[in-house]
Amino acid sequence: MDYALNYEEPLLWEHRAADGCGVDFEPLKNAPLKTGQPARQTIGWPKLKEPQIVKHFVRLSTKNFSIDHGFFPLGSCTMKHNPRLNEKIARLNGFANIHPMQPEETVQGALELMFDLQNWLGELTGLRGVCLTPSAGAHGELAGLMTIRRAHELNGQSHRKIILCPDSAHGTNPATAAMCGYELRVISTKETGCVTVENFKAALGDGKDVAGMMVTNPNTCGLFEAEIAECAKLLHEAGGYFYCDGANFNALVGKARPADFGVDVMHINLHKTFSTPHGGGGPGSGPICVADSLKDYLPVPCVVKTDQGYKLETIEDRPSSFGRLKGFQGQFGMFVRALTYMMSHGGDGLRQVAEDAVLSANYILSKLKGDFYAPFGDRTCMHECLLTDKIQKEQGVTTLDIAKTLIENGIHPMTVYFPLVVQGAMLIEPTETESKEAIDHFIFVMNHIAKDTSDGKANEIHQNPLSTPRRRLDEVRAARQPVLKATI
Amino acid sequence: MTVKFTKDHEWVKLDGEGIAVIGITEYAQHALGDLVYIELPKVGASYSKGAHFAVVESVKTAAEVYTPVTGEVVEVNEALETDFDLLKSETDGWIAKFSMTNADELKGLMDEAAYQDYLKTVE
Repeated sequence: MDYALNYEEPLLWEHRAADGCGVDFEPLKNAPLKTGQPARQTIGWPKLKEPQIVKHFVRLSTKNFSIDHGFFPLGSCTMKHNPRLNEKIARLNGFANIHPMQPEETVQGALELMFDLQNWLGELTGLRGVCLTPSAGAHGELAGLMTIRRAHELNGQSHRKIILCPDSAHGTNPATAAMCGYELRVISTKETGCVTVENFKAALGDGKDVAGMMVTNPNTCGLFEAEIAECAKLLHEAGGYFYCDGANFNALVGKARPADFGVDVMHINLHKTFSTPHGGGGPGSGPICVADSLKDYLPVPCVVKTDQGYKLETIEDRPSSFGRLKGFQGQFGMFVRALTYMMSHGGDGLRQVAEDAVLSANYILSKLKGDFYAPFGDRTCMHECLLTDKIQKEQGVTTLDIAKTLIENGIHPMTVYFPLVVQGAMLIEPTETESKEAIDHFIFVMNHIAKDTSDGKANEIHQNPLSTPRRRLDEVRAARQPVLKATI
Repeated sequence: MTVKFTKDHEWVKLDGEGIAVIGITEYAQHALGDLVYIELPKVGASYSKGAHFAVVESVKTAAEVYTPVTGEVVEVNEALETDFDLLKSETDGWIAKFSMTNADELKGLMDEAAYQDYLKTVE
């Protein structure tokens, strides 16, 4: 049934074609065919006029759930508000309408902005070598490991083939290691939730074949890795480098510098920690920061300051670099937004961001750990808290059911079934930008789900969501018999 | 022949001289949920004890299947590729048969009772 505000929206191709195209071009005459071959057939572009197209996309956009729409507590994703001041600055003519191939002397302001952002990131991490080019978190991880690999290669350490990684890691960590041709050795953290000196040593062995370690701190159980500095020391003594995944940096900004707990390389997600849009809203951006010992191996170009002004490095300037990662200089628009965010908050403001993010998560943990099982509930969490469905499962209600019920209540589900080391995990990250009112509403809904479960209403919960355009999908059938082609 | 179990929820039983038949337990299948894909090893491939030789994928997750014995794959249960539910079968639910190089490797594994006790310690 088609309701006024809950409607089906056909594909562009399924709309009735307009009489003629929306743009009035003359038919092509005497134009040479680019392929040298006449077209075999028309590819059937939809023939619609501008008002139809605008309506189509606006209607689709109302079906989207975004950070501007409601509570979005995805763990390890830092879905924070994107300040509109960022957008205002990013639209300034000198930032918005420049081209990456313009002569450097005509874009000195843009280069200065990149140089300043490098310095801010260097200051916040304590890692002074900064390259802004990686275009996402995983791209930053790749850049970081390639930097480590380059350092080993140029220092006669090519035999080092092992990357250590805890079992609570983001999936991209082991994937990146494999992309770089490394083998993975797992640090088991099942019992402790953290990397301890003991389980680290067990994975390190004599360390002669170890190229490095990849750890997220705070980790995906929402805990600060308290023994990591000691592990880093042992790793360094064995000749390996410490890569820190920056996905959870929001908990640390202005409070702890990763360099101080032994990190050699770290990527920063500007789209998480520094408020540039993500999750469908904008491109990611994952600059990497490295210690002095690895500076020479970073990808090009970094922005350098010379007597003649700011300049983008070339491979000739720094031959020990592993080279270029991509065309041009990275997501410049995101650099503008991130630096705007940093400068508008200032050092003290950024510190408060981290404090408030941690406070929000602990507030949720303290309010929900009676109703839900909290595997590390006796400890203070960082910017995200971890619950499981252990109690509800006995009544037949699982993490998936809880997530679907949140959708029914207009709340985006938290991260579910991750980290993998915790059964039925629910990882909740409210961020510092949600109001107490929004957080209290979330707690209220979660309390209700717990109560309905203990009241024996599992069957009702299994029906959720009821009021979305689509109910629960048959995931098994979709995976076993995928329909990958629409027939119009 | 008695069935032995691993902590990673594989079962293994002997099938004639030096041949180990390997599958995954009911507990593992239940934890995974409905399977949507299975990657089988190739006949003739060799694996050492603890190496992963197959992958089972459900809508929730993908899991590796590890061999508790060192040896060469001599037979693969290709029927699984089209019928995931076959895994549940006690007789036809095996994944691969290995020709073992060291039958002593079976000694460290759990018997049925020990595995049931072990499951109680697993969440």
